[in-house]
Amino acid sequence: MKPAPFEYYAPHSLDQALELIRGYADDAKILAGGQSLVPAMNFRVVQPSVLVDINRVPELSYIRGDGDVLRIGAMTRERQLEFDPLIAKRTPLLAEALPFIAHPQIRNRGTIGGSLVNADPAAELPVLMLALNARLKASKVSGERWIEARDFFVGMFTTALEPDEMLVEIELPAMPTRTGWSFMEVAPRAGDYAMMGVAALITLDEKGNCMKAKLVYLNAGDGPVDAQNAASLLQDERLGDALIESAAKLASESEINPFGNIHASVDYQRHLAKVLTQKGLKQAVQRAEGTLQ
Amino acid sequence: MIQTLPITVTVNEKVYQREVEPRLLLSDFLRHDLGLTGTHVGCEHGVCGACTILFDGESARSCLMFAVQADGHSITTVEGLTKDKDNLHSLQQAFWEAHGLQCGYCTPGILMTLVPFLEQNPDPTEDEIRHALSGNLCRCTGYQHIVDAVKLAAEKMR
Repeated sequence: MKPAPFEYYAPHSLDQALELIRGYADDAKILAGGQSLVPAMNFRVVQPSVLVDINRVPELSYIRGDGDVLRIGAMTRERQLEFDPLIAKRTPLLAEALPFIAHPQIRNRGTIGGSLVNADPAAELPVLMLALNARLKASKVSGERWIEARDFFVGMFTTALEPDEMLVEIELPAMPTRTGWSFMEVAPRAGDYAMMGVAALITLDEKGNCMKAKLVYLNAGDGPVDAQNAASLLQDERLGDALIESAAKLASESEINPFGNIHASVDYQRHLAKVLTQKGLKQAVQRAEGTLQ
Repeated sequence: MIQTLPITVTVNEKVYQREVEPRLLLSDFLRHDLGLTGTHVGCEHGVCGACTILFDGESARSCLMFAVQADGHSITTVEGLTKDKDNLHSLQQAFWEAHGLQCGYCTPGILMTLVPFLEQNPDPTEDEIRHALSGNLCRCTGYQHIVDAVKLAAEKMR
């Protein structure tokens, strides 16, 4: 199979890469792991006239602790994140969710930055960035800016990046103490796009009441869906089964907006969201309670 | 004018120098330019796994990379598993013995997926084996004999 012809550049530094995308802007696509872009090019759904391959920019691949936050270079491979001890320790939600992303062969190439910029509503990483309150650093020749994850995903396959900007770093705050987490999804086969999925975070106060809750869904709208009403229902409460069920009902019936597809009807997606939310919240609460002893 | 770029790639420990068009997929480069037709192409969009190779030792879809990206890198294809037809890699031998293939189209991709898997998990459970196979489609076997072959290979390789 042959994608449409394109001019190819493989810069060796971030400065060179930013110069190239400033010069070509809308005509250029940035090639990161290529696990979504190359299939689209093979089908000729996407036909960039210029490809800027940033796989030879070593300064974009790192995971490091910096005080209370983790800094992750945009070109860090998903497989690297999956086995990183710092990520497992500081953001266990992310560590738990990574194996759900496609297959090892894909994660060996796929990058965190590539997945975020692709902004597929069915992808795991955008959901996790929202759940973990990530900040994303965009660079261009004339400067840089930080974008909150909740402002980054502006629609289906659409982000807040300007054509001459590139996502270069992800900043993840460590999960607070007394926080439990859960990531659950249902897919037709392991590694397929999930029909529904949810990331749940629960932070308890010292008495075991819910101090803060977060519920973010994938494949539930035109981007990651943050169910804030369901989360605020849980705020300041003792999280028993009845309350958890009410939150799951609220989120699945009125906060998510799934479209349905050949694998799952809208009703089935809502059903999955309800069941997964209940299971996920219970697991998150249990884990948070485990930290109280 | 069509742009071409010079690349130097090590495939199965042999160094190749070629001029390639940037849009040439790595899978097509291996098959058409190097004649290494053991790497199969099925879906050409990263779903079926037939084109799986090792890129710097790690499994990857060769249909989702461009040949130019392999410049300076090292690739192993199914042809690199053994140099001697009468002395197969333990995994290949196990596939033979346990009837792990029928038409054989998916087999090279499955082997190249499982070689690093077994290195990282020398004693896998059936669940782990099935999970490892989830990125490779086989339309003949129903997977049962492939699973059997992987178990047998794991025993042989321990």
